[in-house]
Amino acid sequence: MPLNDDTIFEIAHHYRFQWEPAQQMHVLLYPEGMIQLPGSSGEILKRVNGSARVGEIVADLERAFPGCDLRGDVLEFLEHAHGKGWIRTKEG
Amino acid sequence: MEKVGFEQKKVSLPLWLLAEVSYKCPLHCVYCYNPVDYATYGNELATEDWLRVLRQARELGATQLGFSGGEPLMRADLEVLVAEARRLGYYSNLITSGVGLDERRIAAFKEGGLDHIQISFQDSTREMNDFLSSTRTFDLKQKVARLVKRYDYPMVLNVVLHRLNIDHVQQILEMADQLEAEYVELANTQYYGWAYLNRDKLLPSREQLQRAEEITNNFRRRVEKRMKIYFVVPDYYEARPKPCMSGWGSVFLCVTADGLALPCHSARMLPGLTFPSVRDHDLRWIWNDSPAFDAYRGDAWMKEPCRSCPEKVKDYGGCRCQAYLMTGDATNADPVCDKSPLHGLVTDAIERARKLGARSTREAQARAERQPDRAQPEGMRAASRDALYFRDDANSLSLADGKKQSFF
Repeated sequence: MPLNDDTIFEIAHHYRFQWEPAQQMHVLLYPEGMIQLPGSSGEILKRVNGSARVGEIVADLERAFPGCDLRGDVLEFLEHAHGKGWIRTKEG
Repeated sequence: MEKVGFEQKKVSLPLWLLAEVSYKCPLHCVYCYNPVDYATYGNELATEDWLRVLRQARELGATQLGFSGGEPLMRADLEVLVAEARRLGYYSNLITSGVGLDERRIAAFKEGGLDHIQISFQDSTREMNDFLSSTRTFDLKQKVARLVKRYDYPMVLNVVLHRLNIDHVQQILEMADQLEAEYVELANTQYYGWAYLNRDKLLPSREQLQRAEEITNNFRRRVEKRMKIYFVVPDYYEARPKPCMSGWGSVFLCVTADGLALPCHSARMLPGLTFPSVRDHDLRWIWNDSPAFDAYRGDAWMKEPCRSCPEKVKDYGGCRCQAYLMTGDATNADPVCDKSPLHGLVTDAIERARKLGARSTREAQARAERQPDRAQPEGMRAASRDALYFRDDANSLSLADGKKQSFF
């Protein structure tokens, strides 16, 4: 499925995204496993909430980290995460 | 030649907490890794002890929590622990035989926030499942698997493989597919505890193993989209040891039913170490400062050939418990490594199992076919060196009694 600015993602079923104080990073938890999401990867997934469109996520990140062109990186990471099954597209 | 450095001891976070909440179990599996003298460790932790353990481990950074045993469902307070685990932010996994999981309990677990249930099957056929676990549980497990699905849990089936069931891998995978499992773990037996005691009868042959892997790979291609299959190889057939627990005291923390904190499931049998109890110490001290958790961190404890081996940073010298069980010294290289001067102990075991196993496979299968509805009669258990030792209280007490066996 081609990813575009209107695509809406949510965290995949049975996965849980959360901040880990002890590790000082975001993680994604699933049965007996954990994906560590340091830095920007955590910042991107934090904004994947089942309602924000990809375009809005990019804009929000560029507001939070001014002066960077993040679009390419964000799309690349979301595609990677989707391919891995960490996130899924939401209908509508 | 590669230069071999010395690694500084550093203390990382115990990301994995395994709560072996009870040694009691309705099943009597011949490959159980629990200590063979488990029946002598009474005095289970109280609910408030476990709540304290959960809190302290979470503060130390534990994220994955396994409720295991024995059979964790033997604890009537599991619902309380599950709810606290969710409140603390754990991803919690119930690792169960399924026996005792009725609709009332699974609804309570869902309500409390349990994330995942892993159900074990002993085999794909009623006869072998029931024989290997010395119970009549096959139909019940099928029911429980459907219940898990209905309550929207990811379905994870675990089947421990060994000589007596490894030839059924195709049927096992088909059963898993039929139950709509999302994950299947085909875990070859690791030889500790009861499995070590029964090793000669359980270790598969190389040919069996290769066949099973081939079948698994073919099946994996067929169900790629809907099912993830993990195949854990038995390390006896490897040339290098497994990086056991990702290193001693590195990411894994186990607390036993009676409150001992261990760096791995089977460490309590190692001599010369005093494992701290969570009744006496808090987990921060246990993890960071106790001598037992520090004993095999880093590599200063290593002997040759590990000490100068460039691969020590990958496998940490393998498994301390396996080194002790097989060579009598936990600081030796894991004899699975073909660089170990004692590697012959592993190849001997394979050869002995091949000879003995061929016979006991036929016998066990004949027995399972003859007595589809009955477990092996009491009197036959542990009757001779040739018998399979079922994990039960009577066998455990009699084995604990004769402490002369080297496997303690």
